[in-house]
Amino acid sequence: MSGVLAPPRGTSVAGVAELEAAARNVREHIVDMCAGQEGGHLGGSMSLVEILVALYFDVMRIDPARPRDPDRDTLLLSKGHGGIGLYAALAERGFFPAAQLAGYGGSGSEFMAHPHPEVPGVEMPTGSLGHGLALGVGSALADRLDRSDRRTFVIMGDGELQEGSVWEAAMAASGHGLDNLTAVIDRNGLQITGRTETVVGLEPLAERWRAFGWSTTEVDGHDLGALTSALREPPEPGRPTMVIARTVKGKGLPFIEGQARSHYARLGERQHRRALAVLRACGTEGGK
Amino acid sequence: MTTATAPLSSRETYRDVLLELMPADERLVCLDSDTGLFNGADFGTAAERYVNLGIAEHTLMGAAAGLARKGRIPFVNTMAAFASTRALEAVKLDIALNGLPVRIAATHSGVSAGHLGPTHHSLEDLAVMRLLPNMTVVVPADAAATASLLRQSLHLPGPVYLRLGRNATPDLPTDAPPVELGRIQVLRRGDAVTLAACGPYPVHAALAAADQLAAAGIEATVLNVHTVKPLDTATLLTAAEVTGAVVTVEEHWRSGGFGSAVAEALAERSATTVRRIGMPDAFASVSGGHQYQLERAGITARAVVEQAREALGV
Repeated sequence: MSGVLAPPRGTSVAGVAELEAAARNVREHIVDMCAGQEGGHLGGSMSLVEILVALYFDVMRIDPARPRDPDRDTLLLSKGHGGIGLYAALAERGFFPAAQLAGYGGSGSEFMAHPHPEVPGVEMPTGSLGHGLALGVGSALADRLDRSDRRTFVIMGDGELQEGSVWEAAMAASGHGLDNLTAVIDRNGLQITGRTETVVGLEPLAERWRAFGWSTTEVDGHDLGALTSALREPPEPGRPTMVIARTVKGKGLPFIEGQARSHYARLGERQHRRALAVLRACGTEGGK
Repeated sequence: MTTATAPLSSRETYRDVLLELMPADERLVCLDSDTGLFNGADFGTAAERYVNLGIAEHTLMGAAAGLARKGRIPFVNTMAAFASTRALEAVKLDIALNGLPVRIAATHSGVSAGHLGPTHHSLEDLAVMRLLPNMTVVVPADAAATASLLRQSLHLPGPVYLRLGRNATPDLPTDAPPVELGRIQVLRRGDAVTLAACGPYPVHAALAAADQLAAAGIEATVLNVHTVKPLDTATLLTAAEVTGAVVTVEEHWRSGGFGSAVAEALAERSATTVRRIGMPDAFASVSGGHQYQLERAGITARAVVEQAREALGV
């Protein structure tokens, strides 16, 4: 047990307006990284932003000054290709200075496209899809054995649900009654080749998770109020929680929103400037 | 019931030692994939630390990594065939990449599953596991060594692959020196040829071959190499330098496993000839017990004698 506890649960660091401001900053960091020499997973990082902000700025018990605090909640980004989104959120939350993000993709940098635990706040390396939920099962089992109220959150992509290992872990989680485990699906509807429903369909998604024994809700994945309220909801005893967050791939950049080709992008100088201008314009309007 | 005439298999020994260790060590967690090895087992005060995750080997490895990240030492239970191939990506990315102290208890290794057939044989696992950074690979040659190596490996900070058999195998000679994790056990010393063996029947084949060679005036050094990774290259090199040739014996495909590890180590440091005895490049095509499969594949004392003589030209 740690000597100093992380902030108590339920202590939001911000109101909704502040959360929205954080989300805008996170989006700017993502866009900046995609303007670097390697480019990055733009679309699926932009769709993730509010999910990450809701968790890191409101729902989770974490302390950026003590990223290895034994009493912290755990977040596993199973869709590891959202790595730059995770880095941006961690930087914005204060795990490390945002200036460090400039190293992303560079030689010798710990900021690889897929998250690595060398980066403060990253719990486990991810990137090969279908791993996070099983890791989450182990994390939740450990918390239960410790008689701890720590929570474990796993963020998955929707295309990722085509991996069979997800459903193995889904059965193990409900079969063992892991109500301290919450998963969020970034349901942006797209994978590399196109729409998930035309590649290998996932619907009826909520019914599938319910049938697997998960307490399942669906929310607008860009509505911070809806997300925080769903994620703060006390779990149904004996059942893991699934929050299906309906999102838009490339959210915030109208010229790529909802397009599969936004999956990976290297933004040229002009595109970079345009993207930042669009994000900042939204900021001044107070919109999302 | 343990009696002198019915020795325990390495997997049963492993189970009994784990059951003994768990109540006293809160870190230990037993994760099962419905193997049946723990049916009726009494975990005592550690009962809540036994979790059967069902027939789900990827989840088994991933969950073990999640537990280990939070300070536990999970023992995962599955067959060697499933640990090393079906669940390999989770072993590589969730366990080895993180250097987590997961213990993979891999039963039915080699052809010990006998008549169960090639779906349940594991003849690639040493090759696969020894490639993974951070992994320690242990192959006990009898029940007593299983107990000892299991206890010795508890303190290791990283993952361990413990290669276990299905059925009881003969015990090593009682005058063998103590088994020490990471160090080759020298069972016999001779100056003509080195017989380096890995696993229960290979070690017995090497010992029997050494007797036969001695009868012809050829003195063999017999090495029980129970720790395949990290390989004790110092002891291996010394033996290779003293003798004229090295013959390796293992219950694994000839390529990539123990013999390859020995050949790699010696090729860079020694001019010694290395002959490798292992399973041929084929899947089992007929039913048959553990020893039948080994004899059919030529994992025998006779083969060891032949290879030694050929290598020495005598």
